[in-house]
Amino acid sequence: MNAPILSVRDLGKRFGAMTAARDITLSVPAQQTVGVIGSNGAGKTTFINMITGHLRPTNGTIHFEQRDITGLPSRRITGMGISRSFQVAQIFPSLTVFENMCAAAAVCRAPKNLLGHLYTPLRSKESVAEAETLLELFEIARYRDTLAANLPQGIRKLLDIGMAVAGSPRLLLLDEPTSGISIEEKFGLMQVVMSALRNRKITVLFVEHDMEIVERFAERVLAFYDGTVIADGTPSETLGDERIQTLISGPRLKGAAGAARHV
Amino acid sequence: MARHGRIAAGAALLLAAAAAFVLPDWIISLATIAFANGLVVLGLIVLWRAGLVSFGQALYYCIGAYAVALVGRATGVTDAFLLMLIGGAAAGLVAFVVGFLLARYREIFFAMLSLALSMILYGVLVKAESLGSTDGFSVASPTFFGYAPHQEKLLMALYWLVLAVCAIAAFLIDAYFRSVSGALAMPVRDNEIRVEFLGMSVSRLIHTKLVISGLLAGMGGALAAFAIGHVDPNMSYWTTSGEFVFITILSGAGSVVSAFVGSLAFESLRSFAFAMLPQLWQMLLGSVLLLTILFLPQGLGSLVTRLRWRRKAAAP
Repeated sequence: MNAPILSVRDLGKRFGAMTAARDITLSVPAQQTVGVIGSNGAGKTTFINMITGHLRPTNGTIHFEQRDITGLPSRRITGMGISRSFQVAQIFPSLTVFENMCAAAAVCRAPKNLLGHLYTPLRSKESVAEAETLLELFEIARYRDTLAANLPQGIRKLLDIGMAVAGSPRLLLLDEPTSGISIEEKFGLMQVVMSALRNRKITVLFVEHDMEIVERFAERVLAFYDGTVIADGTPSETLGDERIQTLISGPRLKGAAGAARHV
Repeated sequence: MARHGRIAAGAALLLAAAAAFVLPDWIISLATIAFANGLVVLGLIVLWRAGLVSFGQALYYCIGAYAVALVGRATGVTDAFLLMLIGGAAAGLVAFVVGFLLARYREIFFAMLSLALSMILYGVLVKAESLGSTDGFSVASPTFFGYAPHQEKLLMALYWLVLAVCAIAAFLIDAYFRSVSGALAMPVRDNEIRVEFLGMSVSRLIHTKLVISGLLAGMGGALAAFAIGHVDPNMSYWTTSGEFVFITILSGAGSVVSAFVGSLAFESLRSFAFAMLPQLWQMLLGSVLLLTILFLPQGLGSLVTRLRWRRKAAAP
């Protein structure tokens, strides 16, 4: 097996008295597709936010491609090759789909200094070509000249993920890629996303609530409960485990009681 | 700007330069001030595109003007070009410093904070008796690379200098609008989170825009100081800033040329209104602003765009 692209050791995050994540130790080999499951408040998003630098871990370390990225600011981490998409698509509504993609491609390709940003045109030959390629790859080329504000939900998501890929990341974190998408569209969307990411040889961690999607698209599943990883294995191992099943889909009552205590 | 846009702008520039030979002095003098103010408006457009409205551009305008007057008085330097660069640099430097604060604010907070900063300068200048207090003081006649013209010649030389500076500024800002840093204005206005996650610092982008707009306003103020021959604290007063915002609305943020067209239209309108309705000229200006917002929300510049659209629609 290749060297891990991401390895996390004893990672934890506390907010005052509340522990949002604890004792997370795992490593992800390059080009693996990992599904992250767990009920609300289990620590999935905290985990993602610590990797992207959005939250500073209270303890533990994160290594990306053998480099320690623990606690680095998110912009630095983005520049190193970790990108993310959002639960609610983050796009530029008053630009067209092409302009959105072109902006993303240009920012990621421009030299990383003020002078570079001043003399490099946004619509350079390279950024335009990359934008066109990504529009094809994510199968949204026919929306090229549509204003992003007028896009249907599924296309917004594809554009959001496409923009995250524009920076040629090696690791991509997808936060609920299918949330807000109708059941009929979910599989089609994931199919497009996953084949695009495989085409770019990107390692993927995706948070997902729909177990069918996880079963179908993940090579490996991390089950979160109470701030830590309680199961880590193939989809059939993890999803087949009855104990995990009840903890993931049945802890609603317990979660509600916990939430009530915090109020 | 498309190629024929550039050719049209170049032709307009030559025409404007040649017009100095035929037009009466008062129009040349009006156009000189209008184009100098156009530089300030160009700076406002840079901010405007990122969704920021500065109600304190008079700060940089005034610094540019006072820098010219003070350096001229203290050192005896009279070269217009050199003094203008000094004025621009002084204003740009101030914009760089206050930018650390301003770049953190948006919307009304940004607008009011910039206004507050310009009023601080106003307050200081009003109290500064060595600088003439509310009366200000006069600016020595400029020279142009050793050439020291008088009266009409001076008027024309200054007019050409202003035209040349405007042309260079328009060209550079047009290039800036197409650069990564400049073209991200709309994305910044739309969604700062996404811009940050593309690996770009939004506050640094805005800081850059502040410095550019400060430089432009400073140069505009410097040139206006030569054209008026006098500086006073009113150059930093909030109504001066308001006027620049007015012209920006009239111009629209569509292109770099619109800043100068709008500024010329505004100065002409004001002179006309003042001559026609000495008591009610402000009412006329107000009505024009109202009509602009109602019927030309994208400003005068959008007239050209609309024309082009219509032609495109008619073509196939």
